Amino acid sequence: MSMPKMHNTPGGRVFDVFNFILMGLIGIIMICPFLYIIAGSFATEAELTRRSFFIFPETFTLDAYKYIFSTDTFTRSILVSIGVTVVGTLVCLFFTFSMAYPLSRKTLMGRSFFMNLIVFSMLFSGGMIPGYIVVKSLGLLDSYWALILPLAINPFNLIIVKTFFQNIPIELEEAAKIDGCSEVGIFWRIMLPLSKPVLATFALFYAVAIWNDFFSALLYITDSAKWPVQVLLQQIIILSQAQLGDAASAGASFVEPPDQSLKLAVVVVATLPILIVYPFLQKHFAKGMLLGSVKG
Amino acid sequence: MDSLKVQSVDTVNPGYNAAKNANTEIKSEITKFQRLKRDKWLYLLLIPGLAYFIIFKYLPMWGIVIAFQDYSPFLGIFGSKWVGFENFIDFFKNPDFFRLLENTFILACLDLIFFFPAPIILALLLNELRLQAYKSVVQTFIYVPHFMSWVIIASITYIFFTTSGGVVNEIVSLIYGKEINFLSAPEWFRPLIMGQIIWKESGWGTVIFLAALASVDKEQYEAAIVDGAGRMRRMWHVTLPAVRSTIVVLLILRLGNFLDTGFQQIFLMSNSLNRSVADVFDTYVYFVGITQGAYSYSTAVGLFKGIVGVVLVLGANKLAKKMGQDGIF
Repeated sequence: MSMPKMHNTPGGRVFDVFNFILMGLIGIIMICPFLYIIAGSFATEAELTRRSFFIFPETFTLDAYKYIFSTDTFTRSILVSIGVTVVGTLVCLFFTFSMAYPLSRKTLMGRSFFMNLIVFSMLFSGGMIPGYIVVKSLGLLDSYWALILPLAINPFNLIIVKTFFQNIPIELEEAAKIDGCSEVGIFWRIMLPLSKPVLATFALFYAVAIWNDFFSALLYITDSAKWPVQVLLQQIIILSQAQLGDAASAGASFVEPPDQSLKLAVVVVATLPILIVYPFLQKHFAKGMLLGSVKG
Repeated sequence: MDSLKVQSVDTVNPGYNAAKNANTEIKSEITKFQRLKRDKWLYLLLIPGLAYFIIFKYLPMWGIVIAFQDYSPFLGIFGSKWVGFENFIDFFKNPDFFRLLENTFILACLDLIFFFPAPIILALLLNELRLQAYKSVVQTFIYVPHFMSWVIIASITYIFFTTSGGVVNEIVSLIYGKEINFLSAPEWFRPLIMGQIIWKESGWGTVIFLAALASVDKEQYEAAIVDGAGRMRRMWHVTLPAVRSTIVVLLILRLGNFLDTGFQQIFLMSNSLNRSVADVFDTYVYFVGITQGAYSYSTAVGLFKGIVGVVLVLGANKLAKKMGQDGIF
């Protein structure tokens, strides 16, 4: 969507140069905290105290990473986060896609009632405490399922997937019916294979949401052995109660904990999965968001 | 052949029509049942999702009734005593009420003044960049913080602003002579919150505006040039009107969430020293409800906030319609 080549006044040219520099600066400001965190996590403690800001460490060391992965607390919380994210993503996809498909069938009786039910829940919610009481009375407190089930369907995602199914040409379905395919057969053999790219997109949506989720764990998980990495991060950096030492003192590592670089390394590990999938995210999220805003 | 055909049509049609008219009602009944039966597998697919909405969305809505009770987890909703509006009256009488209202209101206003326009301005400026490759690089950079959790954003803020070796404080002490305790000084709490949200979300916020700008007809710009409009005038008279309806819709939605101050962000940035300005409705509900176990009282606080939100969104929608915009309902 480049501008057509158009005549430019001297004032316009000054604006262009100014704007070019300003946008570059904003871009750098947005990204450089992350660059510092990554660089600092590979630097020595001495360098971190001596230099206030840098993008490349002078001496490259993996001490911080060796240390945090030698501790039980950290390794366990990373495993919890990975496990909850993988299982949670599958659960979310199952709930979202299995509900979106019937709702996309225009002949389904009660369809508008179900849709109203969903839209109303987006406008009004019971709030934090009643939600907590429901999870509590289901016996899900301190269970990993409390980190998954309350997030199983994001209504926005549901509506986008529903719209996607609606836009699949009806002829495909009719042809399958003539060949003797049942409704479930159509869903399994035609709709799901066709929606592979959409499945991939929403797998990313949900995986990022679950990985980043701190609120559910704060509410529902009180047992520190079950903390996902986001809560651990809050404990280590924000509450500064770095209690990583328990396992290390048992002989796993003799490296003196590099305090600041340790914090940075924990942030990097918690951020890394997002940074890895970021190129895909940027592409799909923008597209998904547009799809939702145009047709939702 | 011809005569036969005509005759057959004549003989068949009247009877068919009569039968059709007589049976219309019965027929639709049958169809309803048949439709249910035909779609039974679809309904089966619907069950997990429906169960989700009932359990995790509608059950909590029903749970709001505890705001009018003296709820005890042992007695349950059916066994607990009804107290009418007592919890609400307690809340309004509580000296905390005005402090919470003030803190929430100030943060919401600051958000509307400083954060709301940021993505619009950023999108307009991005849209003026002529080098496409450069533009997409900038976009790639500014979207990154959006995908980070609030814990990561808050952690990075702590690392940068801490008085024990944080980058920002080292620069501050070079210029100012001494360090500033950004993280616990009450007067720095609001600027910090605004800075965080602008950093995290303003880049991503441009997506929706850039999409609206992409649909502007190029001929409008050409016509404006012919009429002698410079860069600023073109931005003002062509580009800005193109995103006006988007701005209005987002403004209405924002007003509906006016009292939503972002629980996670506030929770993570508040500490015992800045609590006087950091306590807002959301965090109060958490502290009183979850940590202290006052379920009924905190549900009443949450409900008060929710009702104010609904009133605000309906009001904003009406106002937008009066001003000749489309609104969202």
